[in-house]
Amino acid sequence: MIRTTPLHERTNALNETQLWSHWSGHLAANRYQMSDKLEYFAVRNAAGIFDSSPLYKYRITGKDAESFLAGVLARDIRACVPGQAQYTCWLDDRGFVIEDGVILHTARNEYLLTSAEANLAYFEDRIGRNDARIEEVSHDIGTLALQGPRSRDLLRKLVPQMGSIPYFGLARGEIGGAAVTVSRTGYTGDLGYEIWMESPDALHVWDALWDSVEGHGVLPFGLAALYMLRIEAGLLLLDADFDSSRYAWNDAHRSSPIELGWSWMFKDLNGDDRAFIGRKALQREIAEKTSRWTMRGLVVDWRDYDRVYGDAGLIPPKDHTPIVEDWMVYDDDYKRVGYATSFMYSPMLQRHIAIARVRPDFAAVGTKVNLEFTVDHHYEQVAAHVARLPLYNPQRKTV
Amino acid sequence: MTMTAPDKKSKRSNPPKSNRSTSKADRTYDAIVIGGGHNGLVNGAYLAKSGLRTLILERRHLVGGAAITEELRPGFWFTTFSYALSLLRPDIIHDLELVKHGFMPLLMSSRFAPDGQGDYLLFGQDHAQNLKEIARHSKHDADAYDQYGHDMDRVCQAIKPLLDTVPPDIFSDDPEELLALAGIGARLRKLDKRVLHNAVRLLTGSAADFLDDYFDSELLKGYLASSSIIGTKVGPRSQGSGLVLLYHSLGEHDGEFGSWAFHKGGNGGFTQVLARAAQSFGAEILLESPVEAVITKDGQATGVALADGTEYHAGTVISALDPRRTFLELVDPSELPDDLVEHIRRFRFQGTSSKVNFALDGLPDYPGLGPKPDHFRGFTNIGPSMDYLERAFDDAKYGWYSQRPYIDMAVQSTIDPDMAPPGKHVLSCFIQYTPYKLRESDWDTEKENLGDTVQRTLESFFPGFGDLVLQREVVTPLHIERTVGLSEGNIFAGEFIAPQMFFFRPAPGWSQYRTPIEGYYQCGSGTHPGGCVMGAPGKLAASQIIKDRAKTRPRARA
Repeated sequence: MIRTTPLHERTNALNETQLWSHWSGHLAANRYQMSDKLEYFAVRNAAGIFDSSPLYKYRITGKDAESFLAGVLARDIRACVPGQAQYTCWLDDRGFVIEDGVILHTARNEYLLTSAEANLAYFEDRIGRNDARIEEVSHDIGTLALQGPRSRDLLRKLVPQMGSIPYFGLARGEIGGAAVTVSRTGYTGDLGYEIWMESPDALHVWDALWDSVEGHGVLPFGLAALYMLRIEAGLLLLDADFDSSRYAWNDAHRSSPIELGWSWMFKDLNGDDRAFIGRKALQREIAEKTSRWTMRGLVVDWRDYDRVYGDAGLIPPKDHTPIVEDWMVYDDDYKRVGYATSFMYSPMLQRHIAIARVRPDFAAVGTKVNLEFTVDHHYEQVAAHVARLPLYNPQRKTV
Repeated sequence: MTMTAPDKKSKRSNPPKSNRSTSKADRTYDAIVIGGGHNGLVNGAYLAKSGLRTLILERRHLVGGAAITEELRPGFWFTTFSYALSLLRPDIIHDLELVKHGFMPLLMSSRFAPDGQGDYLLFGQDHAQNLKEIARHSKHDADAYDQYGHDMDRVCQAIKPLLDTVPPDIFSDDPEELLALAGIGARLRKLDKRVLHNAVRLLTGSAADFLDDYFDSELLKGYLASSSIIGTKVGPRSQGSGLVLLYHSLGEHDGEFGSWAFHKGGNGGFTQVLARAAQSFGAEILLESPVEAVITKDGQATGVALADGTEYHAGTVISALDPRRTFLELVDPSELPDDLVEHIRRFRFQGTSSKVNFALDGLPDYPGLGPKPDHFRGFTNIGPSMDYLERAFDDAKYGWYSQRPYIDMAVQSTIDPDMAPPGKHVLSCFIQYTPYKLRESDWDTEKENLGDTVQRTLESFFPGFGDLVLQREVVTPLHIERTVGLSEGNIFAGEFIAPQMFFFRPAPGWSQYRTPIEGYYQCGSGTHPGGCVMGAPGKLAASQIIKDRAKTRPRARA
């Protein structure tokens, strides 16, 4: 039997469509009502609630927890003090990305790491002589996200001091009589929070939150809306925009963190004396500039797009449904210079957008490229320009 | 609240009246736009973007014309007049970089048509479910609905390019005009016979005749036919209602014909976006600056004079006002050819629509569905049959307002929660028919009676509605005219009837945004392609002005 999340009793009652995905062995709502776009706008214009409990979660404790993590995670965990969260990744020896995730430094010598796939054996096998323990707590902890411009005020109504949590900060408190940890994190690229609680408390927390948001235009949102939001936000998705190097058959399916646009994680690499897995390869790649790709956004030229469809006698489709697929990116001489991995029509930006990787010499913002589509069963190229990720980046996200 | 009060915002970004510059050089521009409605703003933005030093003069304390949002009660924002977005041309969004300035068209996810007898049609975002909903009323219609949708889309696709084209001058021998005319002919010839015939049926016939060919269900026909009367003094069985139906189907939103959006903060939120865009290109906007007259010299426009006597100078002056004000009030008609003056005098306005807006203490309760937001996340159509609409029109034919009016409702706070305080709501009601000229009474007398009539009608659909009302605003055609300046309160700045469209809008020979006075242009909804918050007149007029200036510039240099 497929598992359900600690919030299922509530999400099930709200899911009018009864459309579910299987996410890490759990039922996860695709959408709650007939329109994922409505849920998407709730997040961009008011707030949305999302059950992210299916994420893998690992608790790492012990007096060597930090030094253990400093050796297995690529980003310097020592910069993440208790009460902070960090977006991080872990690499193989050749400097290719295994996975990414958010880690919360919940207390001294205590961390909570999230990941999209199972990583328990991977980390456990690398503890070595460190005085550290890792336990999987995926089922013990329920997670719900409150995301959108109203999220801060709504959270503040429940727990006044939580209105001041900084971007990627944490706070502990009580919601619905239950102890919770709240982090200012999320997967929507908007102002937002994630609430972490013991699974048996999850329904109390949900009920308290749900009652408090009434009348504020808040909707529960499902995976379909989440996938729209994350493309605009330039947040990469495993198995969509990159693959885990652990399971890749060849290097075409591997990516370095630099190629995925995460060079900002290593700004202080020279002053950081850690030995971590993949360090040498990473340093070499940075020094020798051997990155094959640069992660970018593509913004499709709307006039060219309309022209191509118009010439075929078709109404140009402007469908917000994200499509995860390979789209070829060419230069004007029909030479492949990259490929897009996630594509959608963005209602906020009123353009077709994509997450793509392009050759570093085509990565300058504004560079004109051509994105390949099929129109009437043959290939057509439509002009697009290279843009920096995230394509949608409201100030409120970090301020 | 992310919305800024429109008046505060505008006042902050514009010099107040007392700061008016006194030096003549400072009051000289390349182009002056009269009227800061959406077309004036679009026009001014395009002109400024092309490099012209542009001034937009607005009579009121806020820009937007009939597309404004006002906080009439603390926390409650009313879309006083225009209330949704559909026909806005997509190229304007991109050309003027509106997204950067806050353009945000929110999805209206439902369409609700109660019959008042406990049944209803409720459409959502799932097509197959919508067909099932129609099948509850008629299995035949559920199938016909797709055919109807496809046929309409094909006509729309064929007609749409005309919305983005300056109408060719059919009275001119200019080879360029003849070529443009031939282009339209060639396009028509390429059309499928069925598409062309459907187009002609819609452009000339009645919505009822067209819809009767597809559908049996009175509720469905009433719902669809409602789009055929909006803003126009026709009933669904009048010839000419087909044109209005087609026009409202031409709107597109995120690539879908006939789909509507609600802009963040209402259409006033939208015109604030336009104003910011215009200013970002360098256009200046002056509020509380009513233009009294266009100044002309030797048949050439040289500037404008405000009511207080201040003069602004420019070789290009554009009126965003309606044709009556553009030709009969801003300039002396004696400067114009007699036949043009005569045409404009005969140009039909006869506004027939009103707005009644409410602040509500909660959601209306439709028996069986309850006071839930789900069915109110879009338009609610009070027009349960073609007979209902036609009878509402009967009252107007004989000089009175409908005693059971057609109502296009939208509880806008369910779409944008920033429109009302939590748990409270704003309801926008578009009302028809309410003819500008009443037999044996006037709108100052009848205003609140109209409000009562509307409220009574709503009460019959939503029992207990009256108890929810916290505040009511009644806006009749007379009040539209007084506040916004639209003659006879016509929301399209001139009726949508065939002899007032395309080549003939606003007058034969003057459909290309020019006027007989050199340097004096028109860009309001009284020009092609017409009203609704479309922006096409403003955009097309700007393209014409820029083209004309390019032609005359070499002469100026010589």
